[in-house]
Amino acid sequence: MKPLRKKRLYIVLAILAGVGIAVALALSALQENINLFYTPTQIANGEAPKDTRIRAGGMVEKGSLQRSGDSLDVQFVVTDFARNVTIRYRGILPDLFREGQGIVALGKLDADGVLVADEVLAKHDEKYMPPEVTKALKESGQMSSAEGAK
Amino acid sequence: MNWTWFHKLGSPKWFYEISGRWLPWLACAAALLLVVGTVWALAFAPQDYQQGNSFRIIYIHVPAALLAQSCYIMLAVAGAVGLIWKMKLADVAVQQAAPIGAWMTFIALFTGAVWGKPTWGAWWVWDARLTSMLILLFLYFGIIALGQAISNRDSAAKACAVLAIVGVVNIPIIKYSVEWWNTLHQPATFKLTEKPAMPAEMWVPLLIMVIGFYCFFACVLLMRMRLEVLRREARSSWAKAEVRARVEGVR
Repeated sequence: MKPLRKKRLYIVLAILAGVGIAVALALSALQENINLFYTPTQIANGEAPKDTRIRAGGMVEKGSLQRSGDSLDVQFVVTDFARNVTIRYRGILPDLFREGQGIVALGKLDADGVLVADEVLAKHDEKYMPPEVTKALKESGQMSSAEGAK
Repeated sequence: MNWTWFHKLGSPKWFYEISGRWLPWLACAAALLLVVGTVWALAFAPQDYQQGNSFRIIYIHVPAALLAQSCYIMLAVAGAVGLIWKMKLADVAVQQAAPIGAWMTFIALFTGAVWGKPTWGAWWVWDARLTSMLILLFLYFGIIALGQAISNRDSAAKACAVLAIVGVVNIPIIKYSVEWWNTLHQPATFKLTEKPAMPAEMWVPLLIMVIGFYCFFACVLLMRMRLEVLRREARSSWAKAEVRARVEGVR
């Protein structure tokens, strides 16, 4: 390679390295703010701010969903398999919402550490499966806990 | 290592001839793969057990998103080649690939929003994956606008190349956003190291669609680049002869 080209190559690499380092520093400084939601463990450790709208995410614990008989009020427990957070919500839940499903809820923490949500989003994973396979897995008892609550 | 092919790329005439030979093959492959992939994906692939038919959007969404990112990496490589070796063809590639990449990014964002509404319960969420993808769209817009705004071709090429190289740091952020942060977006569907988390009758048509999208991209890019090369070389004798042959062939 000619010296001039080599010099230009080094300049390009230097620009790339410089921008890369700057962005990496900025992102690591913003680390907390980029997370879409707090996990139940973070909330239990007091990392989530009180009195502002936060998002909490995790798996809906099996058998924790309680519906009110005469209104749209629901209450359920979200877990990351270490700690739990109780979520209260009034409204229609998304189609994919079910026990064992990952969800993200938006709302405020009240004094008892219960999240009063005004929006619930269902989180989907990257696993896709035809219905027949699910049925076969369920019949043979191999279905993991995540899918069992349908 | 033999570098003649690389230096030959500096010759617009050589590029025009070789790309003319590849183009019919690429066009056939793209048409065949896209038709087979679409029919297979929409009519024969099984439904998802949770999402039913709405999961079929991945057959557009995943290839478009993959291509949008690959296209940007290609822009950055072409930009670097243009800056270091002063190759004119690299600038042609940057200018002509940017609009295609922008469309692919838009398709990925749009199909994602359409799918997100019934599945997540929201059209748009400011999570790391969606936001970094939106930044990618704006980077494409920036490159297109910069190329159009500067009338001197050499300065425009230099500015676009620098922007393309600087913007490439966004690509690993998009790629790993779902692993570094808590996002609503699910992790990658296709990984190089693992088998996809779905049965073969679902991922084979997806793979066909992905390859089809890449062939389509290569085909459209070559066609756009050939036109631009002809326009830029309009004063050279081979370009004049080529245009004359085309025009007379049509008559």
